Amino acid sequence: MKISIDNSFCKGCEICLAVCPKNVYGISKKRNSYGSAMPEAIMESECIACRLCERLCPDAAINVEEERK
Amino acid sequence: MNRLMERYLRRDALPTLFCPGCGNGIVQYAAIAAIDNLGIRPDTACVSGIGCSSWIPCYFNMDVMHTTHGRALAFAQGLKLAQPDKKVLVFTGDGDCLAIGGNHLLHACKRNIDITVILVNNHIYGMTGGQKSPATPESAVTKTSPWGAYDEPIQGAETAMSLGATYVARWTTAHPVQLQKSIEAGIKHKGFSLIEVISQCPTQSGKSVYGSKDPAFIMNYLKESSYVYKEGMDEPQGKIKCGVLIHDNDRSEYIERMEARMNQFRSAKPVKVKNSKEIENTRSVER
Amino acid sequence: MESQTVEPLPRGGRKVILQGNEACARAAVYAGCRFFAGYPITPSTEIIEYLSAEMINAGGTFIQMEDEIASACAIVGARWGGKKAMTATSGPGFTLMQETIGFAAVTETPVVIVNVQRGGPSTGQPTMSSQQDIYQVKYGSHGDYEIIALTPSSVQEMYDFTIRAFELSEKFRTPVILLADEVVGHMREKITIYDGERKIRGGHRNYVVSPQEDFYTGGNCLVEGQLHDEEGMRVGHLAEKSGEFIRSISGKILNHIDEIQDVESYFMENADIAILAYGSVSRPALNAVKLAKGIKLSADEKEGKLRFLKKILRRKSAGENPYSHLNVGLIKVNTVWPFPEKEIQRLAAKCRYVFVPEMNAGKYYKEIERCLWGSTVISLPKIGGEIHSPSELMESIAGEVRDNE
Repeated sequence: MKISIDNSFCKGCEICLAVCPKNVYGISKKRNSYGSAMPEAIMESECIACRLCERLCPDAAINVEEERK
Repeated sequence: MNRLMERYLRRDALPTLFCPGCGNGIVQYAAIAAIDNLGIRPDTACVSGIGCSSWIPCYFNMDVMHTTHGRALAFAQGLKLAQPDKKVLVFTGDGDCLAIGGNHLLHACKRNIDITVILVNNHIYGMTGGQKSPATPESAVTKTSPWGAYDEPIQGAETAMSLGATYVARWTTAHPVQLQKSIEAGIKHKGFSLIEVISQCPTQSGKSVYGSKDPAFIMNYLKESSYVYKEGMDEPQGKIKCGVLIHDNDRSEYIERMEARMNQFRSAKPVKVKNSKEIENTRSVER
Repeated sequence: MESQTVEPLPRGGRKVILQGNEACARAAVYAGCRFFAGYPITPSTEIIEYLSAEMINAGGTFIQMEDEIASACAIVGARWGGKKAMTATSGPGFTLMQETIGFAAVTETPVVIVNVQRGGPSTGQPTMSSQQDIYQVKYGSHGDYEIIALTPSSVQEMYDFTIRAFELSEKFRTPVILLADEVVGHMREKITIYDGERKIRGGHRNYVVSPQEDFYTGGNCLVEGQLHDEEGMRVGHLAEKSGEFIRSISGKILNHIDEIQDVESYFMENADIAILAYGSVSRPALNAVKLAKGIKLSADEKEGKLRFLKKILRRKSAGENPYSHLNVGLIKVNTVWPFPEKEIQRLAAKCRYVFVPEMNAGKYYKEIERCLWGSTVISLPKIGGEIHSPSELMESIAGEVRDNE
């Protein structure tokens, strides 16, 4: 899976960290345009594309793309 | 940005004015996913009132009417009656719908007019800074209930059901998939549908109702303290009742009834309009 | 969007005896109104009752809403659904509609609202006439905005002005109020009406700020109650853009007063005393002018004249007109708002006196007084619900002129 988080929309609420069933997300050192710490997909390989993070990101900042093998 | 939302949102208007972690963004995704899944984008218009949740459709690149406080249903009914074959989706909140808008809710439910309402309930007046709403739980300390609220809160979904709504569901923002499915079902349902969404307001409700401003904490609390209603089950006390509460296909819808009556009237002897008198070389009033 | 051409009303038509309210309702259908939402209130109820049948016959939609607020909101919603829409009410209902009128003004939605005035305030005098809402019709909603208000004085004008109200609302994309009153709403007269439907197209792109495509036509319109830009996006937090917006929606009306105004004058060529009246009061005002000039009145006016003459005979020798020394004319204002200041100044330029009879405590005369600094403006208010009579008017006028000289 390829997970991208748009830093111009992420507000740093960290819902994605809490809801991911595979604990894919962690906090990075990057900042979003709000000024808060951005999450990043540190365990991207564990992602099962349940897309809960896409649905629950209040700012539509997350995009999960399934890579065809 | 998310590929689905990208196709529907007004890029120039973003980022949204919602606080970080606000449940409104989750309702946005569910509504857009529902509209997209049903393929009804060109035939759908959104109407909203005033409040944080009324801002939800203002970011959609669709026909949207952002009206006055409590009156979204009145505008929506006028729009629906002008174009009965199209869809109208109403976004409202606990204050907008259950306080100032109560009368319009009563009549829209009673008419069973084919409109879908998404009632985003965050138990507070968020936009104006955290005052008590009709849905604020008892003893919650808000800006207008400094000693704790002493009102029993209104249950939006049950109220709509008792007033005659024929599709009523309640979910929380912690149930995004079920929420989307209910919105789809509500839009497809021919009659008045109301989907209540218990949504987190981390800034105001976080302080007054939940005791924490962490959105993930509140969403987890909503998930833990809700149960999904199934007919005939033993319902637990003190928990949020989620699920489809009623789905009645038997009651007739307003526009259907109106058109049936008009067709009946047109084929029978036409009614002579009272009090009108025509003279001289004119055609008779009776058609 | 094509610019609108206003065609004159067709020749011919047919003659009928109608009540004022019914004439208004019929004119709405003729003007292409295909949505009516209302709430019954005396003395406007005949309009909703007539349209509950005729709107359906014309292929439109009718609904009696739960209150006046819902009625006003529903007609705005319906107009965005592409149907010309109207509602009708009186004092208490008109007060309830003010927020929605402001919303229609800010979103630039064309709608027509009929206020058949009755005595106020509050429950007031449900079955008696008045002109007390003259300022409310302009300033009723909070905020800075402009509306257009027409004041019919006869059943024919109830018919013609309703058609004009739809034309003006579509041309300027603004709510237009037909400011009638119980007298003209309930009187019955023989008038000319037309069959079929008058094609009224709308929209002057140059005047309008807000998005204006009907819903479901691919316009993706954002209809926003907050002050906004051309996309409908809010600018309420930006002082300069907010000011620009207000100037735009007000300017589209104030800068085109000459296209909107309708002011008639009778016997004003050499008059040095003017009666300035609007609405039903212009009927006795015109008769007062005719009496002063000793003009032969029509059959139904004769009865009034006979009584008047008998009164004069008691005081003077027969046949003498006690008002012949007064050179009186009438200025009849058919569009009370936007205020036709220049036209009134032009017509009253040579007048020493301008009398303003009104069925209220004295309101519109303040506008006249403000703009006519060469004349003495005298208010002739009458409250209680009865309309001025011609002899009453001439007695007051003669008395005031005598006292001032």
